[in-house]
Amino acid sequence: MARMKFLCDADRCIECNACVTACKNEHEVPWGINRRRVVTINDGRPGERSISMACMHCTDAPCQAVCPVNCFYTTADAVVLHSKDLCIGCGYCFYACPFGAPQYPKVGNFGSRGKMDKCTFCAGGPEADNSKAEYDKYGSNRLAEGKLPLCAEMCSTKSLLAGDNDIIAQIYKERVVKRGYGSGAWGWQTAYRETIAS
Amino acid sequence: MTALLATRLKTSLKACRLLLATLALVGLAALAQPASAQQPNAPQPNSVNPTASSVKEDQLLQQMRIIHGRGTIPDAKSYNLEQPAGRDWRQFHEVTLPWIGAIAVLGMLAALVLFYLIRGMVKVVAGRSGRTILRFNALERFVHWMTASCFIVLALSGLNITFGKRLLLPLIGADTFATWSQWAKYAHNFLSFPFTLGVVVILLMWIAWNLPSKVDLEWLKEGGGIVGDKHPPAQRFNAGQKMIYWIVVVGGGLVAATGYLMMFPFYLTDIAGMQLAQIVHGVVALLFVAAMLGHIYIGTIGMEGAFEAMGTGEVDLNWAKQHHSLWVEQELAKPRGEAPPSRAAPHPAE
Repeated sequence: MARMKFLCDADRCIECNACVTACKNEHEVPWGINRRRVVTINDGRPGERSISMACMHCTDAPCQAVCPVNCFYTTADAVVLHSKDLCIGCGYCFYACPFGAPQYPKVGNFGSRGKMDKCTFCAGGPEADNSKAEYDKYGSNRLAEGKLPLCAEMCSTKSLLAGDNDIIAQIYKERVVKRGYGSGAWGWQTAYRETIAS
Repeated sequence: MTALLATRLKTSLKACRLLLATLALVGLAALAQPASAQQPNAPQPNSVNPTASSVKEDQLLQQMRIIHGRGTIPDAKSYNLEQPAGRDWRQFHEVTLPWIGAIAVLGMLAALVLFYLIRGMVKVVAGRSGRTILRFNALERFVHWMTASCFIVLALSGLNITFGKRLLLPLIGADTFATWSQWAKYAHNFLSFPFTLGVVVILLMWIAWNLPSKVDLEWLKEGGGIVGDKHPPAQRFNAGQKMIYWIVVVGGGLVAATGYLMMFPFYLTDIAGMQLAQIVHGVVALLFVAAMLGHIYIGTIGMEGAFEAMGTGEVDLNWAKQHHSLWVEQELAKPRGEAPPSRAAPHPAE
């Protein structure tokens, strides 16, 4: 089975935010929630970098570990998914997540949180693949259709890569060799305890 | 003539060889130049390496606990690119906190069972007198039971967050457990308001009798009559009760403050503050539960005649003399049957 990962080549990201928009549109993500976002560090200063970030589908995911109702599960492709039927909106996965991926729609008073929503690696949820129930809760299931996540598929500079670890790591390594530099796979050390030598 | 020609030819051949050798050297050098430039990771002298001057992830992670940038969506929390401290919080929440809780709660239960087996119920030594004295009025009892009943629900729903998936989930299944946990969370959120009100009223209502005094030192030296058969003098609240009071006020205040930080997430704190709030909330709450187990024990099966204080509000005079001698003296010394000076005496009709 594949080991699905995201890799954002920071030397290529031009902060166009098309990944953010594509994701919101593809999954009909609720208002106020962005499963993917682009963060710019040192904005406007020399050495600035933009990185597109979403759930990294961590190895031994912290969200999964801290969930009080065990609503998370990791698929055979190493994609970290969750059940909105089980989620109680306690907010603990956000406290544990190193990437700030889980988000909650505001559904009531006292800032009370609804069911958590996060990037699914375009792999839906526990419902039947591409069923209406799955789409309503988690958005489309492109993986079940044999397609990769849309954010990476339509990235204009091919900065964002999504797919099996071995393949995207190989693509990135070749890029680094060819152009002679690379700022590394952002987030990999935190998410997978490994990095790509650059 | 031929000899001269031969010599000339030799010199020109030599010159040719020299030229060829030089050409070859220059050519080699020219060939060698691009070859070295094409080696991986060795940029051409005039090319730009953007990563040389750019921010680097490992460097940023070493410098700060959170890699923060700028974003284009309204949610300011999303401007944190990486916040690996979540992993430390996970360690606390999944390992440290359950251990603290298990040791505190189970340890307290074990100690109480052991204590009950050794000491048994603390009896009223002189026997019941049949006469009673008012210890807690209706308002005090109401506030106590409002706070107490909220505390029990808050404690159970809180314990469920830490221990439920380990103890209850395997028994009742994922769906039932999720439904129960959802309702438990609602109860936890909403009952926090009467609980907090109760803590505030308790603070104001009883603080006058809960300031430490010299009597408390004596009481503590004598073991409070809990260990041994002595019954050292005590005021309305003995040192042990004063401790419970301050545990409720300080502990209750801490769990309330950190609880509201979590109920209104990110209004006042950032992610580090939220993690810290949960850590304080969890630890204080579990120690609070352990302390309240002791309080419940001594108020029920641990001591004869104690429950009545919060039950009917009237305690037996002999119980009061045994446990709160100084308070009883004060109460009995109060003038009885006289109208309080503030109330005007009724005038006979003229």
